[in-house]
Formats: sequence, structure tokens, C-alpha cells
Amino acid sequence: MSHATEGGGKPRGGATTQRLPAETKRVFALVGNPNSGKTTLFNALTGLRQKVGNFPGVTVERKEGTCISQHGQELSIIDLPGAYSLSAQSPDEEVLRDVLLGRRAEMPQPDVVVCVIDASNPQRNLYLASQVLELGLPVIVVLNMTDVAEARDMKIDAAALSRALGVPVVPTCAVTRRGLAELRIAMSRSDLPVSHHKVDLPEDVAQLVEQYAGGVGHAALYLPEEKDAIERAAPGWEDRLITARYEAIHRICEDAIQAQRLARAGLADRWDAFLLHPIGGWVGLFGILGVVFAFIFSVATVPMGWIEAAFAWAGGAVEAAMPEGDLRDLITGGILAGVEGVVIFLPQILTMFFFLGLMESTGYMSRVAFIMDRLMSKVGLSGKSTVPLLSSYACAIPGVMAARTIGDPKGRLITILVAPFTSCTARLPVYFLILGVLVPGDEVPLPTKVLALVGLYALGTFGVFVFAALFNKLLKRQKSAPPIMELPGYKAPSWKAILIQMWDRAKQFLVRAGTVILGMSIILWALQTYPKSDSDDPAVQAEQSFAGQLGHAIEPVIEPLGYDWKMGVGLVASFAAREVFASSMAIAYGVDEEDEDAEAKLRDKLRAAERDDGSPVFTTLTCLSLLVFFVFALQCLSTVAVVRRETGSWRWALFQLAYMTGFAYLAALAVYQGGRALGYT
Amino acid sequence: MNACAIDTEVANLAELRKGETAVILRFASDDSAFLRFREMGLLPGTEVTFVRRAPLGDPMKFEVRGALLSIRKADAAQIEVERR
Repeated sequence: MSHATEGGGKPRGGATTQRLPAETKRVFALVGNPNSGKTTLFNALTGLRQKVGNFPGVTVERKEGTCISQHGQELSIIDLPGAYSLSAQSPDEEVLRDVLLGRRAEMPQPDVVVCVIDASNPQRNLYLASQVLELGLPVIVVLNMTDVAEARDMKIDAAALSRALGVPVVPTCAVTRRGLAELRIAMSRSDLPVSHHKVDLPEDVAQLVEQYAGGVGHAALYLPEEKDAIERAAPGWEDRLITARYEAIHRICEDAIQAQRLARAGLADRWDAFLLHPIGGWVGLFGILGVVFAFIFSVATVPMGWIEAAFAWAGGAVEAAMPEGDLRDLITGGILAGVEGVVIFLPQILTMFFFLGLMESTGYMSRVAFIMDRLMSKVGLSGKSTVPLLSSYACAIPGVMAARTIGDPKGRLITILVAPFTSCTARLPVYFLILGVLVPGDEVPLPTKVLALVGLYALGTFGVFVFAALFNKLLKRQKSAPPIMELPGYKAPSWKAILIQMWDRAKQFLVRAGTVILGMSIILWALQTYPKSDSDDPAVQAEQSFAGQLGHAIEPVIEPLGYDWKMGVGLVASFAAREVFASSMAIAYGVDEEDEDAEAKLRDKLRAAERDDGSPVFTTLTCLSLLVFFVFALQCLSTVAVVRRETGSWRWALFQLAYMTGFAYLAALAVYQGGRALGYT
Repeated sequence: MNACAIDTEVANLAELRKGETAVILRFASDDSAFLRFREMGLLPGTEVTFVRRAPLGDPMKFEVRGALLSIRKADAAQIEVERR
């Protein structure tokens, strides 16, 4: 049940309705349907004076900004998540409901609600508005996207609507900033009226609300327990209420709206004729994905090169300026390497979020969900999981963060749990290194490379679907409602909103994931540095360090996979980040990474490596087993840190680490031992 | 068949032909699962037009009160309509 997410510890009733003293900033809550242009309006009102955080205990974005009133006073504006109803069915909608009802401890009940309505789709948008008006808070109704409405030959009489609702109605077009001054004037009024709009509750329901409300008043209509109590006494009451609301809306619209005909989603559908076409739809989808990944793999690698160069320069500068010693090593090998390990992800993350923002902002995102829904429904997910999973092929971090758009909590959790199986770009250096060892000659031929990569990507994708199906069977606690999704009209992208979101996401990643990664990087450095050996040979140091000892210690565990202790060191180190595998193997095999052809040297060393009995270490089976391990194992601290943040607890993050790595172990074991049993070496 | 019978034929939403408009009669189950459908404006008496299906045949795209909505075929089959 979606009700299960209802925390018991939340304050009930109006107890937390702490109105701030008059001299503090007035709080305006921005409320509206998804795609009503609410966020564009928020950006237009607040400019860059905004703060983004999270509501405690849930991963719902909390956006607050400041706007200056007509009288020069600062007004505080909260951009609440978009929703279709106060009868919450997702964490986003629960936050909206609880803030409006004054049930969230960390936030006072807003002084004024600014209710944004998509003027081109007034009926459905007025449904949420009428719920808000019924609450008895001062409300300003904003008729946004009037340009779209006009393009559809709809004339909305704002004055008539204002008379009918009993609150100010301001027509705006947030994109062109039309009507913003009028909105600001309305917001500066100190005498904002409370709506007289009341939906006549059916007599029996009205009585029951009184009876069961227990002091929560009108809130009883939206709180799960109270709703259940009313339902038992008057089955079907909610249906009657919905009908009553829509009837009232219908009467208002008849008076205030003149449309040539009921608004047709004509223009959007002409685009859909191609973008959702049985063939054209796929051409469009793969074309757009092709562009996105071309950017990730080519354009984003340019700033990644700069970052590497900058850190190499900084490391060199530190080495030149400081005497040799542990402190210098800590700075170059621990801190700088750790910061680099965080920052290096930024170009890809920013690129990914740029395209995600672009798809969201133009309205294409929900088309991707529409096209892919059938495929995803086979494993119990919905089309909304598509984009987070596709993003994960670039990097699991933006993928996991993008899963926020999935309303259904179970679908969202499953998506997060399986997303890192997709082969992210950080696995590529490892794949290339092992392929280089595996395939004879100086250069892996391109067809072999492509074929191998396709196979590895397919293997990861297989993991996504198998485990999504498995978790769908196992996680039975929530029954999800049948999905219904709006396909919004196509719009020109709001570049400002995209840039603000890119900046916010990047900041969240740097602060939350960055600190964990930096800390772990320093720990790993210490593991590789201490205890000190007497030898100057880095290979000897690598063996005697804690990391080397750890490698030896886990040798019995990884031996059945065909690995030796040196690979153990590489594996231990690569749990910080996969790409570290190559550099720690280089240390273990005594290859100086500063060398011009370090890659070729490392490859030759690995090929030549022998076990005690003289047999080669990197046999075909060992290489295959290693590849399979890297496909499935969750070796990325950043992902663990982000999953912890997105799921709100260590529980799922650690579960994911354990199950993915456990499965990787079993799969690699099956490859190696299966191969040996079949007579390969 | 006379014209009258065609005019008022009862079907479910998933059976509509492309471009066809129908009026909602009732939901097959009064389950609260479909509450969100009703909140999105799919009420008895509401006109619904089937616009197109997804490239893989499911879900289906409908126009309801000027908005485009995606509904899975299995769920659409739960909604009884009267063809126009």
C-alpha cells in the first residue's frame, strides 16, 4: 500500500502550524500540476536567489527562493513538488500535502498559496486548485502558459474566474515574463482573501468528516487513516467528492472560458505522429540516445583530459615544492587523487544532466517512458525507469539520481538497485586492459573490440532485467496503482531551468558523494602506504602494505576465480572506483605510470606474469572471469554514497553492494570453474 | 444492425479504434486503484478519444479534457465506454 510509506512519527494535526511573527518573511508556497510551468515561474520570480536541499527523511527536493515585493520586502517562496492531487500517491505528493496542511515540523504552514494552472488545460489543473482553495488558506491563482492557450484559440476571462473563485487570478506567461509584475503586486497585498469556493460535500460525508476528523478538520479528506475510517462508514465517498469537484469546475469553466472547441492537444499530437510512430519513434529515440552518448564519449572526455592534466600538474607542483615524505605522499596519493576521483566524474554527470534536463523541459522524456513502457512492464517496472537506466550506461550516479522522477516507490527502489549493472564508462579502461592482455598482438583489432564490448554490455543489461524481475517478485509489500501518465505538450526548452538543475545536481554530488569518496581515497592510500617496507621497490612495498596483506588474505577466496594476490590488491583498490584497478595493477607489477607507453608495458608484464609453478597468471579463463566480475560487481564508492543518499539509509546501499558483488563472485566462479571442468585452461 | 445500435454500442476503452471518441460509463471495478484516473478527470460522462498506441502496441494514448494521457491496455480494458 502506498500508505505504508506514511511515517508514524510525523506530527499530526495542526500542532505544528506555527505562524511566524509578522515581521519575519511571509512564506509563499508554489503549487501546481507537473508541467504547469511552475518551476519556470519560480526561476523567473527568484532569479538565482534560491537554495536547493532535501526534505528530511525523504528524497524530495526542497527549493526555496527569495523575491522582493512591491514594497521592497523580502518574500520567501517554496517551490513544492508538482502534483495532481492532495490525495497523495507518491512521496512528492505526500510532501506537498503535509506542507499545505502544516504537518511538517521543519517548515511552517505557508502564509499564502500560489496555485499555478496551465491555462491551456484548465479543467484538470483546476482540480488540484479546488482542493487547495478548500483548505481555507489565502490563495493567488496564476493562469500560466497563456500563450499556449491563445494558440489553441482559448479565451479565459481572468476576472470572471476571479469572481467565481473569490481569489485574485493573474494571467502570466513565465517564459516571456509576461504578467510577472502583476503577480508580484498581488503577492505584495497584505489583505489576500481566502476563497469562498466550496465544494458541497455530500451530506453524509460532511458529517463523517466532522466525526472522524478528530481535530484535523478538512485535512481528514487526505490523511490515510481518517480516509479509511470515512470509507468504512460511507463507501465510495471519494468518488462522489471527485465528481462534485469536477461538476463545480465545469460550471466555472462554462462562465469563464470561451474556447472555439474544447482545447485539443493538436500540435503536440502532430509531433507525436512522428516521435511515437511505430518506426519513426525508434528512429527518434535511438537518434537522440546516439547524440547523448556521442557527447558523453567524445565531448565530455575533453574536459576530463583537462582535469587529469590539472591534477597531474598540481601533483607535480606539490612534489617540487615539498620534501619527500609521508605528508607529501598523502597530499598527492591520497587527497589529490581523491579529489580528482570525484571531479573527474563531473563532465559526464553534467553532460548527462544537460540532456536529461533538455528531454524533461521539452516534453520528450515522457515520450521515452511511453515508448519503453511495455518492455519495462515485463519486469514489473514502468516506462519511467527507462531514462534512469539509460543514463547509467554513462555513469550510475546521474542514473540513480534521475530515478527520483519515478513516482512509484517500489519501482524506484528496484531501478536504483539494478542500475549499476549497466556498463558505465568507468568500466571501459578495465575492459580495455584485460582485452589487451587476452587478445594477442599489440593492438586489439577493432571488430574484436566492438564484439567484446557488445557482449559485455549485453551481459550487464541481462543483469538489469533478471534482477529487476527477481526484486519485483520479492518486494511485494506495496501494491502499486495502475499507472496513468500525462504526455505534456512539446515546449521550447527553458535553458535557465536546465542550467540551474545541472548546477544543483553537480553540487549535491560534490558535497554528498564527494566527501565519502575523498575519505575512502585517503584510507586506501594509507592501506597501500603502511606499514612501510625497507625497500625502495614499489612492487615490494605493494606486497608488504596492508593492501598487499589484504590481497594475500583474500587469496584463498579469490583463488577459485583464477586470481592471485596481486589481482586481489587490484580488486580491493577498485572497490573505491573501478578505474583504479589499472593503476594499482601497475604498482603491483612495478610499472611506472609516468612512462610514455605505460599501458603497453603493463599489458606485456601481465601477459608475462607467471605463477609459482611457471604457468601464466592471466590465462584466457582468468581474463574472462575477471571481465565477468567487473561487469557485475558494484565497485564504485560514489554509487554506494549516492544510493545511500537517495534511498535515505545505508540499508539498501549495503544490500546492493553485497548482492551485486556476491553475484559477481558466483558468476566469475562459474566461468572459471566451468571452463576448467570443460577442459580449458 | 440499425444505426441506433451502433450509436450506443457499449465497449471498453481498449477496444476503441484509432481516432474514435467514446463516453465513459463506469469502471469495471470500483477498486480505489483507479482513484487517480478519476482525479485526472476520467469520470462517467467524460469524452475520451483514442489517439494512438505506443510503437510496441501498449500503452495507449488518449485525449481527455484536452490533455494527452498514457494508459496501459489492461487498465483501459477496465473502463466501460459508450461509443459515439
